[in-house]
Amino acid sequence: MSMNKEKDFGTPASQSTELVSLEIDGFKVQVPAGTSVMRAASSIGIDIPKLCATDSVEPFGSCRLCVVQIEGGRGMPASCTTPVAEGLKVTTQNAKLAEVRRGIMELYISDHPLDCLTCSANGDCELQDMAGAVGLREVRYKPVTTHLNAEKDTSNPYFSFDPSKCIVCSRCVRACEETQGTFALTIDGRGFDSKVSPGQNEAFMDSECVSCGACVQACPTATLMEKSVIDNGQPEHAIVTTCAYCGVGCSFRAEMKGEQVIRMVPHKDGKANHGHSCVKGRFAFGYATHKDRITKPMIRASIKDKWQEVSWEEAINYAASELKRIQAKHGKNAIGGITSSRCTNEETYLVQKLIRAGFGNNNVDTCARVCHSPTGYGLKQTFGESSGTQDFDSVLKADVIMVIGANPTDGHPVFGSLMKKRLRQGAKLIVVDPREIDLVKTPHVQASHHLKLRPSTNVAVINALAHVVVTENLLDERFVNERCDVASYNKWKTFIAQPQHAPEASESITGVPAAEIRAAARLYAGAENGAIYYGLGVTEHSQGSTMVIGIANLAMATGNLGRNGVGVNPLRGQNNVQGSCDMGSFPHEFPGYRHVSDPATRELFETTWNTPLSPEPGLRIPNMFDAALDGSFVGLYVEGEDIAQSDPDIKHVHAALRAMECVIVQDIFLNETAKFAHVFLPGASFLEKDGTFTNAERRISPVRKVMRPLAGYQDWEVTQLLANAMGYPMNYAHPSEIMDEIASVTPSFKGVSYAKIDELGSVQWPCNDETPVGTPIMHTQEFMRDNGKGLFMLTEFVPTQEKVTPMFPLILTTGRILSQYNVGAQTRRTENNAWHAEDRLEIHPHDAEDRGVKEGDWVGIKSRAGETVLRALVTDRVQPGVVYTTFHFPESGANVITTDNSDWATNCPEYKVTAVQVTKVTQVSAWQQEYQAFSDNQLELLEQGITNG
Amino acid sequence: MKTERLIKMANDISNFFNADPDKQVAAEGVKNHILRSWDPRMRAAIIEYCQKDGAELSDLAKAAVQKLS
Repeated sequence: MSMNKEKDFGTPASQSTELVSLEIDGFKVQVPAGTSVMRAASSIGIDIPKLCATDSVEPFGSCRLCVVQIEGGRGMPASCTTPVAEGLKVTTQNAKLAEVRRGIMELYISDHPLDCLTCSANGDCELQDMAGAVGLREVRYKPVTTHLNAEKDTSNPYFSFDPSKCIVCSRCVRACEETQGTFALTIDGRGFDSKVSPGQNEAFMDSECVSCGACVQACPTATLMEKSVIDNGQPEHAIVTTCAYCGVGCSFRAEMKGEQVIRMVPHKDGKANHGHSCVKGRFAFGYATHKDRITKPMIRASIKDKWQEVSWEEAINYAASELKRIQAKHGKNAIGGITSSRCTNEETYLVQKLIRAGFGNNNVDTCARVCHSPTGYGLKQTFGESSGTQDFDSVLKADVIMVIGANPTDGHPVFGSLMKKRLRQGAKLIVVDPREIDLVKTPHVQASHHLKLRPSTNVAVINALAHVVVTENLLDERFVNERCDVASYNKWKTFIAQPQHAPEASESITGVPAAEIRAAARLYAGAENGAIYYGLGVTEHSQGSTMVIGIANLAMATGNLGRNGVGVNPLRGQNNVQGSCDMGSFPHEFPGYRHVSDPATRELFETTWNTPLSPEPGLRIPNMFDAALDGSFVGLYVEGEDIAQSDPDIKHVHAALRAMECVIVQDIFLNETAKFAHVFLPGASFLEKDGTFTNAERRISPVRKVMRPLAGYQDWEVTQLLANAMGYPMNYAHPSEIMDEIASVTPSFKGVSYAKIDELGSVQWPCNDETPVGTPIMHTQEFMRDNGKGLFMLTEFVPTQEKVTPMFPLILTTGRILSQYNVGAQTRRTENNAWHAEDRLEIHPHDAEDRGVKEGDWVGIKSRAGETVLRALVTDRVQPGVVYTTFHFPESGANVITTDNSDWATNCPEYKVTAVQVTKVTQVSAWQQEYQAFSDNQLELLEQGITNG
Repeated sequence: MKTERLIKMANDISNFFNADPDKQVAAEGVKNHILRSWDPRMRAAIIEYCQKDGAELSDLAKAAVQKLS
């Protein structure tokens, strides 16, 4: 192990395919046209001194340290801003250049503290390196005025800003603009007064800074420095792994000191993130060693009992004996399990294998049930595969981008930055969202159309867009005739041309002016490359699957599939939503989305797993709760999922959990579900395990153990122990063996192995004999359906049954915020609370005024399912009649009010539409008080039982 | 299983397939969807309800559940 520092070529790579030959210091070199002289030199190992250049941002030519001489040319051009040309002869080192460079460095150092030995950047300072490189031996200047006493800004919880060490190279400013796209930093003042300034001379925390860390990474000195490095010193080795937050799946270098993570640095070679990160992935890893971690197995007979710490052997045997007892008493189908998108592929595969083969039923489900199950259904039906069609980089070729029900800058920030980059380059944007998300108007980006629809009317909008495309003949019939099922197309065309789908007819339903719909449809259909990106604002509806199908129909009808720059792209919420679904976590499908009733597939798994398997679909999560309450399902194994907080109609969920005879929770914290559990098996964080995650672009990336599991076992090992105790033998020595088995039984994973992932860094499935290095873009020749043709389906708009009434006149919709993640179990245990310490209810000023509600007031939110209380945030980001909240804190009880309405095809909950009334109140709700008391009691029972020593 | 929930699920599924003008095709779609995604105890419960009463099921849902029997 070593730090294995990533090479900085000084300027970004050129994408040109044309090659140019030149000579540098007598060495011949051939590089793509457009490459800088600096990068060309670096590519052959000649590192020209530099300070303001770094290969993550465009060259700037300000420090002049990188000057060179070119034969026949005049003066000394900066090599970072000078592009290569055929036949150039470049000299990078001679006495004259050395003198100039020393002079420049002398000026820099004359206004820089000489505290190198005690500086936090000691050992990782480019200024220090350059002083050495140019041979600086003395500083002759004695300046009267310096910046050495400039005040330090420590307002950001993760990094400090020390202007006394700033050389005003602008790398941070450019990183904020070019990489992140936030434009929070600027150079304030002129000449000697020039200084880096967040916002209008504000502290970092008061500025627009989103704490992505791009500036910290770009800084060549100790000016912007991680506080963890200031506190602990420089790391000594690094291990590349994959982030455990959202579905972007960023690659990171975990920079370590022994088993302590000093910092997470986004990996330049990471193909999903290209060296960028967000505040969660880069900084919010402290939860992994938080004091709330539980590291010893625990059992108890009843949830009224205190927990009792036991050995692993005792806990596993107790869990297995309980599950066997329940099966003996209530039948084989009375138990099941839930996997999580936070688990690795290998862990998820093992859990579903344990349930299908060890429990003998198909009662396995995953949290994708409550997020992207409609994506799985809709895209499987239409395209033949339950996945997005593109890689992330495809967005850089899109001309028109339609974002539906997604908030990339908050939910998928690193991809959001890539999308903003393309929009700044001139691509047009259509946003379909009830709320004014940041993307609608952000620096140098303005949506061409914001279709501000009423919640629950997605299908009416997509039908109206398709109606315009069909009736105005904006179709790509050549694509349809060649690539799609023409009979289904003709049927759909007739259906969608019916007058009820016209934008004018649906305007009163959707609230979107017909002219806007028509203009947006023309823009999308007329684009050379039109790309659709969508999120949970599409799926979490009673017509979630219908909407996914509608999106697929529109993309096929306009020929926006099968090439770079187009496609249908679900932005997955959690790190391994795609993978957990791929691994057969749904109760009706084996790994690779093959139905359990298919005899040939079942025979394959029966042979591999050496046991008979059920041909019947098992229970989905909401069905499990119903079955628990009728007494037919009373044993549950939950790995990495917090159903007691994240699932809708939470009172119903809690009642179901209380009705169960044995709930086994495997997690790193005593989460809300564990408060209803009888067995607690301590899990391992992503830093403590080996495995793989699959992101939203089907990219399988490595998760690597950087420290020993705090509880002694990786999660796959715990599942294996449970399987063996249940009498179903599992004997894997390493997750790579699990992946080998996955590859052997899953055609789209046939070519996947740890050796290949190590070699390529990551690989996108399908990866098999035909596509041995993976598939960035799907359906390029034919769709994955049996006949290879894309299928159009009819998408009638069916109004939700969750209707506003005089009693519940507002629609509540939900979403997430940049700094917190999902149910908050991880981010709430980090400094990210500095940005978002509580969930609030966004309410339009008109609705607030009607109710006498002012900013910060406590408001009761009541639906037909329940009532909770939050503080109000009065804002016109939401439209009148709509209120909005996040769901990151359990005490908020957002799911007390969400209902049991769900998607017709998959039972994905309709989180996005709940009819509510909002009133000003003075105290928290009865449910919140009761739950707080229950929760406090559970923590007391934990306290009484643990030593955790 | 709560029968009311199963009825609602069957009717919701039917609302999607009801877009097909050919009601035989629509009923087949509903039947296949239930067959491929419902646990046997759920199917048994809806069949039992349909045979005993079925009043709350939409026409299409009823036709589909009858095909399941």
